[in-house]
Amino acid sequence: MPAPTLSPRKAAPRPRHGAGLRTNASREAFVRALRHNLSAHGFLIGAVLCFSFFSWYPMVREFILAFQKTEGGRTTWAGWSNLTTVFNDPAFWQAWRNTLLFTGLALLLGFAVPFVVALVLNEFRHAQGYLRLLVYLPVMLPPVASVLLFKYLYDPGYGLLNRILELLHLPQQQWLQDPDTAMLSVVIAATWMNMGGATLIYLAALQGIRGELYEAAELDGAGVLRKIWYVTIPQTRLILSLMLLMQIIATMQVFTEPFLLAGGAGPEGSTTTVVYLIYQYAFNFNNYGGAAALGLVLLVLLAGFSAAYVRLSRGGEDE
Amino acid sequence: MSSTRTLISPAQLARPRGRFLYWVVFALVVGLFTLVFLGPLYWMVSGGLKTTQEVVQSPPTLVPRTVHPENYSRAWDVMDLSRLLFNTLYYALGALAFQLVLDVAAAYSLSRLRPVFGRAILAMMMVTLMIPATVLVVPQYLTVLDVPIVERNLLNSPWVIWLPSVTNAFNIFLLKRFFDSIPRELLDAASIDGASRMRTLWSVVLPISRPILGVVSIFAVVGVWKDFLWPMLTLPDPAKQTLNVGIYSLANGVPENVLIAALAIASVPTLLIFLVFQRNIMSGLTAGGLKG
Repeated sequence: MPAPTLSPRKAAPRPRHGAGLRTNASREAFVRALRHNLSAHGFLIGAVLCFSFFSWYPMVREFILAFQKTEGGRTTWAGWSNLTTVFNDPAFWQAWRNTLLFTGLALLLGFAVPFVVALVLNEFRHAQGYLRLLVYLPVMLPPVASVLLFKYLYDPGYGLLNRILELLHLPQQQWLQDPDTAMLSVVIAATWMNMGGATLIYLAALQGIRGELYEAAELDGAGVLRKIWYVTIPQTRLILSLMLLMQIIATMQVFTEPFLLAGGAGPEGSTTTVVYLIYQYAFNFNNYGGAAALGLVLLVLLAGFSAAYVRLSRGGEDE
Repeated sequence: MSSTRTLISPAQLARPRGRFLYWVVFALVVGLFTLVFLGPLYWMVSGGLKTTQEVVQSPPTLVPRTVHPENYSRAWDVMDLSRLLFNTLYYALGALAFQLVLDVAAAYSLSRLRPVFGRAILAMMMVTLMIPATVLVVPQYLTVLDVPIVERNLLNSPWVIWLPSVTNAFNIFLLKRFFDSIPRELLDAASIDGASRMRTLWSVVLPISRPILGVVSIFAVVGVWKDFLWPMLTLPDPAKQTLNVGIYSLANGVPENVLIAALAIASVPTLLIFLVFQRNIMSGLTAGGLKG
């Protein structure tokens, strides 16, 4: 008879040896699992602590704040009053109109332009690296530099843009000073600053399209436009929808550009966005409850887009 | 990409008319792009060289009549750019270090060690991606004013940038996805050789993961460098401000030409980073960000 071994690995399949050994083995397995989990959680703990303090706790707090009010240093439950205050604020509706206008214009420019640019760049057999570099250059500038530079270009008196319009015999604009053109001016600057990322992503997607598809379309007699419609767009549909959702989510939260370019509100409040209104509520009026209520509205509206984005990108993973 | 087959067929391009059209469009696009993307940068650099009168003169001059490089040294002194640059660099590198250590460790644990509740923790991290970042600014601000349990006010301290930067679920997701793709045998071999988990991470996982670490590092540094609202709220002390916030808050107090010179100086570091790491940044953007 072989000498009984105490190694747990061998003891486990031989339960006959007695209950003592078995509990010993399972205890060792338990200790091993415990040690494994302890060290695994040791690797996790730093990030989890940061998330707890600076992400999860603020998330919970956002919901609590939205239903609280602070008066004279005392914080009490406010029910729905923060939300009704916000809904009754005329600035709320104006901010939403402005934000939707910004989102619409930004998508028109910021979604369509990079795709067209990517389509054109993809055809070039020369200087593609140089052109890609150019498009992405503004993305790397500190936003304050590009924004203040645009402010200088937009200046109705000495700005370069009006000078160019003058040379082209086009009517000069007040740009940021005119409530009708202020938001458009912000969108143009924002598109210049941010279009590089989308362009490069589209370019990569276009380069993934198999050439045979175009050849097949040509055999069927398709022209350039029909090739775009029947080959390019269906082949890049996933990336296009993902980018569309991402841009909707990002542009609805616009803050920095109107804040720096037009001082936030802009002429007659024409560039007040929802996030700028949150900023005003919190840091100008010290009304954190109102700010949180505004945030909650934005969160609920964007949640649908975010969920769609996550689902789509998961689907893309599985393909 | 000369060999890839694209929208326009090579046969069409080979015809004289096709080739002519190609070069016309090509020249137009190169010219237009140079004008649109380099033009403003030229305007910035040259504007910084003009006199105060010339810079606000109408119509503007294309080339500075007299060149005043001293605007740049004035901007450097008046706006205390060395301090702002140093601060921003300090915050960015600190955030990079914290993210590399804590996020890499977390992603490694979630991908390879798979502790109990690991999936739940990952899910909770991913949920933060669905919450609009700007919505969280107010409760986050209130949190750093008085961090619970430890009861510290982090305002004006670098921690206010560093610690929240770790909560970058997107970077954790990228890292985890990369770690998931490392073949099991490689890690098993390491553990058979008796390597501890730390040792496996350090000598096996990290060396293979260099490309994704590059991507994450660039995202981390550029993220801090470009952020505006958060540092504006949490670093109100002028001595602690970042480049973006510092220049913004001094913008109205200096002559236009000095301000423009300051903008040009402020643009140099990230442009240098970009030119040096161009390849990594561009491939990271497409390969790391989204899959088609």
